[in-house]
Amino acid sequence: MGNLGEVLIEEMNCETVFSIGGIGIAESVVVTWIIMAAVVLVSILLTRNLKVENPGRGQLMLESAVTGLQNIGKNIVGEEGERYAAYLSSVLLYLGIANLSGIVGFKPPTKDLNVTAALAIMSILLIEFAGIRVKGTKRWLKDFTKPVALVTPINILEVLIKPLSLCMRLFGNILGGFVVMKLIEHVLPVGLPVLFGIYFDLFDGLIQAYVFVFLTGLFIKEAIELE
Amino acid sequence: MSTLIAIGAGIAVLTGIGAGIGIGIATGKAAEAVARQPEVESKIMKMLVFGAALAEATAIYGFVVALLIIILLK
Repeated sequence: MGNLGEVLIEEMNCETVFSIGGIGIAESVVVTWIIMAAVVLVSILLTRNLKVENPGRGQLMLESAVTGLQNIGKNIVGEEGERYAAYLSSVLLYLGIANLSGIVGFKPPTKDLNVTAALAIMSILLIEFAGIRVKGTKRWLKDFTKPVALVTPINILEVLIKPLSLCMRLFGNILGGFVVMKLIEHVLPVGLPVLFGIYFDLFDGLIQAYVFVFLTGLFIKEAIELE
Repeated sequence: MSTLIAIGAGIAVLTGIGAGIGIGIATGKAAEAVARQPEVESKIMKMLVFGAALAEATAIYGFVVALLIIILLK
């Protein structure tokens, strides 16, 4: 078992692959770049030769996929959701691919706390700015004292708790799945890991990607609500 | 010292109790709902999976805290 602990700690900290001008480039950043390159390449390939008349089979599939992604934003946030659909769907795509990238042998970037923290900070900035944009600064500040003035500290604390919970939820789920998988492999290396791998690698990764996006959307909806 | 750390990590993982109760209640209610209206099973299923993923978070926090205790205090 002592061996296992060392393996886990080794997997926890993200190694620096190389550095550009003193700035260390971690492994998770490199994997993110690979995912970005793949997504950009696929997008360029898919959006070539789009026609208004007589669209091909590929274009129709692409159109329904894009509409589906935009509808996710609209379903969560409501009528205003179209504005945030781009962010929500790109985060969903990135997280989905990142959580599944363990299957093809990459180290999932979401297993690095820094990646999930960055995503959570991006989300909370979007949430607060969405609130400011709709309500105006004065109204936004005033809404901290609602419903009664007594809860103001809790409301301010919530601004910090929301990204913390988003970040820890994603990180913990991916890492937890990974630890459980390692334990199972330790007990029985043949057969059983395949069965559990379907749940922990495929199912849980996609669910958590959706949960992250759903919660971000929900918080945006809450922030832009005018009573 | 290491015994105390192990005990602390064990206590942190007790958060799993809450998640277990929560998911249990959610699953029980979902079973009731499907028994009452079998035609909306897919919708209920989606909601159940989503709710379970949210309820699971508390257990995950406990797990993260336990890991941090083990790694940082070692």
